[in-house]
Amino acid sequence: MTYRNIICDVVPFTGHNGETGEAYYTRPAGPGPFPGVVLIHHIPGWNEFCIEAARKLAHPGFATLCNHLYFRMGDGDPDDIGARARAEGGVSDEQMLGDVAGAMAFLRAQSNANGKVGIIGFCSGGRQTYLSACRLPNVNAAVDCWGGRVMADPSALNAKQPVAPIDYSKDLNCPMLGLFGNDDKEPSPEQVNKTEAILKDLGKTYEFHRYDGAGHAFFDWSRPSYRPEQAMDGWNKVISFFNKNLG
Amino acid sequence: MCSYITEKAPIFGSAKGRSGWMRVDTAVVYYDHPVHVPLDHALNIDFVDSRSKERVAVELSAASARELVRRIQAALDSGEAIHLGSGDEDPLHFARAM
Repeated sequence: MTYRNIICDVVPFTGHNGETGEAYYTRPAGPGPFPGVVLIHHIPGWNEFCIEAARKLAHPGFATLCNHLYFRMGDGDPDDIGARARAEGGVSDEQMLGDVAGAMAFLRAQSNANGKVGIIGFCSGGRQTYLSACRLPNVNAAVDCWGGRVMADPSALNAKQPVAPIDYSKDLNCPMLGLFGNDDKEPSPEQVNKTEAILKDLGKTYEFHRYDGAGHAFFDWSRPSYRPEQAMDGWNKVISFFNKNLG
Repeated sequence: MCSYITEKAPIFGSAKGRSGWMRVDTAVVYYDHPVHVPLDHALNIDFVDSRSKERVAVELSAASARELVRRIQAALDSGEAIHLGSGDEDPLHFARAM
């Protein structure tokens, strides 16, 4: 066995309303065909964890695009731009969906694409993954990593996020993998159970895995929340799930 | 969690950022994932110049932030008792009070 070569670039992509943004594009070297994955970053922004997670998916064979959801908010370091986005309450769900659709189109347009595209997101990106898997056509697989506010109290809804993703569950049109820490508070184990019950009642295809000894963001090696054993198992489940559904 | 719990305050003041001193007009306060401090969640404050969009950011533990609140209040209480007078009016809030 050897390690696969990967190629990494920051590339332009066409997002919501035809606007051009930037994305981190990492993919295996070679002719392919390769499946694609859109990686949705979390609220703090287009940060190092998400970029490294994209490369982690490229190594086993997934052409991965992590588009910058905040590209409309000016220049600067990603953490400064992330702070601007947070101060404005994040981005709207409609704009996010347009950007993710553009990212999926980018991946499918590559000459070495196999035509299948999945989505993965962490934290708020997990919520956005759930929403994208319900609202966008032609998503082949979705991985929600501890997405908070999939089930949202009505008081948490606003103009940018007018509908809780759970309310679109009947429209989920691809297999979903969910990874959650049992010590997490958002989503809490109770919220995860309720989400699973809804998916089960609707007859959707899903796998939910819950980890003891882990809370939120247990993949993030830069934070005290990192749990190496649970993260390694979780990454294996992510890669197996994408191999099964995107290969 | 990634929350959208954000408090914004209009302020009158200055801060020293990467390009030197600047006026700051907004403080954005949130309790969520920090970028740098080794905590899962922190009380984060951005002092922002909304024209240049430059900011001075701090990330504090919750206990540190509460201690800072107490110290700010103590400094204000003792300092204003001695010094508050002509020349110390905050134009922002002075204008609002008019």
